[in-house]
Amino acid sequence: MAVVYQRPKALVDIPTHYCPGCTHGIIHKLVAETIDELAIEGRTIGIAPVGCAVMAYDYFACDMVEAAHGRAPAIATGIKRSLPDSVVFTYQGDGDLAAIGTAETVHSATRGENITIIFVNNGIYGMTGGQMAPTTLPGMVTQTTPYGRDVSTAGFPVRVCEMLSTLSGVAYAERVAVNNVPNIRKAKAAIKKAFTCQIEKKGFSIVEILSTCPTNWGLTPLEALKWLEENMIPYYPLGVYADRTEKGVRGE
Amino acid sequence: MKQLASNEKVLMKGNEALAEAAIQAGCRHFFGYPITPQTEVAAYMAKRMPKIGGTYLQAESEVAAINMVYGAAAAGVRAMTSSSSPGISLKTEGISYLAGADLPALIVNVQRGSPGLGGIQPSQADYWQATKAPGHGDLHILVFAPSTIQEMVDMVFDAFELADTYRMPAMILADGMLGQMMEPISFPEKQVKQFDKFSWASCGHQGKRSHNVVNSLYLKPEQLEQMIQDRFQRYAEIQEKHTQWEEYLVEDADLVVVAYGATSRIVRSAINTARNQDYKVGMIRPKTLWPYPTKAIQQAAQHVKGFLSVEMSMGQMVDDVRLAVNGKVPVSFFGHTGGVVPTPAEVLAEIKKLLGGNQ
Repeated sequence: MAVVYQRPKALVDIPTHYCPGCTHGIIHKLVAETIDELAIEGRTIGIAPVGCAVMAYDYFACDMVEAAHGRAPAIATGIKRSLPDSVVFTYQGDGDLAAIGTAETVHSATRGENITIIFVNNGIYGMTGGQMAPTTLPGMVTQTTPYGRDVSTAGFPVRVCEMLSTLSGVAYAERVAVNNVPNIRKAKAAIKKAFTCQIEKKGFSIVEILSTCPTNWGLTPLEALKWLEENMIPYYPLGVYADRTEKGVRGE
Repeated sequence: MKQLASNEKVLMKGNEALAEAAIQAGCRHFFGYPITPQTEVAAYMAKRMPKIGGTYLQAESEVAAINMVYGAAAAGVRAMTSSSSPGISLKTEGISYLAGADLPALIVNVQRGSPGLGGIQPSQADYWQATKAPGHGDLHILVFAPSTIQEMVDMVFDAFELADTYRMPAMILADGMLGQMMEPISFPEKQVKQFDKFSWASCGHQGKRSHNVVNSLYLKPEQLEQMIQDRFQRYAEIQEKHTQWEEYLVEDADLVVVAYGATSRIVRSAINTARNQDYKVGMIRPKTLWPYPTKAIQQAAQHVKGFLSVEMSMGQMVDDVRLAVNGKVPVSFFGHTGGVVPTPAEVLAEIKKLLGGNQ
């Protein structure tokens, strides 16, 4: 019988700690499939963040490094500069990437580091129990915005792809979502393009993935997918925000 | 720089000599951020690294720089960063992670006056930070305290080798005086020991082994405790084998001055003058601040009448002298802080005060 679907080899065959209905599992699978299809596991080094994906280092079969909160792009820079032919990706959440790690994100991007960032945006700090993230939507209730995010005191959500697209070092920035099958297929294509961009040394690449957190949003997995579609996508429009993959950021 | 012949000496500024020593010790990855009075380390690296296929990278912050070092060390290469007091505070997060993930790296602190932004003149006020709390948690890092530029050069080689041997961070704790002064030096002609790091580094498994994880997170308390206890066994071995110090005229001394780094040079001048005036005074000069030469001080405490710790601080190392002496004889302190450098005359006066009339 022909095998039509199986676990990617770049995913270790162990149970994950993610909550039921969480979309981290889908995103892990897409990254692992990409590593398999590009046949790069042996030279890939992943960097896990602080946040829900902290234990991603146990799930990916490539070599892994655990980062301090927000520092993954700096660590990725150190690795890539040491091993220029390796493939280096970070896997980061919104608090990690767009709050405590903003400087590392912006500067690795503007340097045009040949690294790939997988940015999981679910608008909330999941691991610590559902506090406001830099990407929490206006009016959204979290543990630390119990009356809804009030932009007059808590400020506005950060649109990461839009911000980074202004930087000359960014070769590729796309925002995708994993709320339905067509979007998951687009997310896969974006991740593969980002990794390919890195392998061809075109510059910095980031894929922002709108994701759900049923547990801390207080919704069922299906309601969460619907909430993502109705609330997150309008604020964070899907699409390609930078594509300099043709010539690369250095025009080489 | 051009290759020097054996025993040939060259006049170099401390910061630049330190940078060249790191290159000769096999370091090809430097990540830094500008701060006075260590900036020449970065400037030298920026000039040299591109010519030898190395990496010089000016990071967006000291926080980023130490994490780039963490990445490079995790990938299995020799890496370093350098900074000065306020910048080192920012690196302490990364230093703790380096220690917790058992990663070798070199951190240079060319100390300046503190706290806060402080000043830019020489200081030794980061002793507590370097030796007691270089980062959060139960950890130590190797701390070398050179007193001459030649010694600083030699210690860079030692620091890298011990860091790799024990897989832990090492620090050169210099000060603005050592960083900025010039002295004739030669570079040691020693073969740099190679370390095979493929078995533990995250450098790509190449299909030859299962995946490595460089990590400091252990959610099971018993497992974390075990990791730390194993690390402390290595620390005990280092204390036994790698504590370095110099004894100067200690044998017949009534008073032993304890001083390190640039301060020890001032103390040596004062001691020489005091000896000419028949004061029986000597010096114990710690060359490693962690591990600390506790035993040497304990031994001297058997036959001296007192100790004097001289520092460019309000008295930090004096705590370790007191712990070693354990009340056996009096321990006193003299120092200046904030970038004020003690003079030999002041130290001499302090020696005379403690020893009373001519001995």
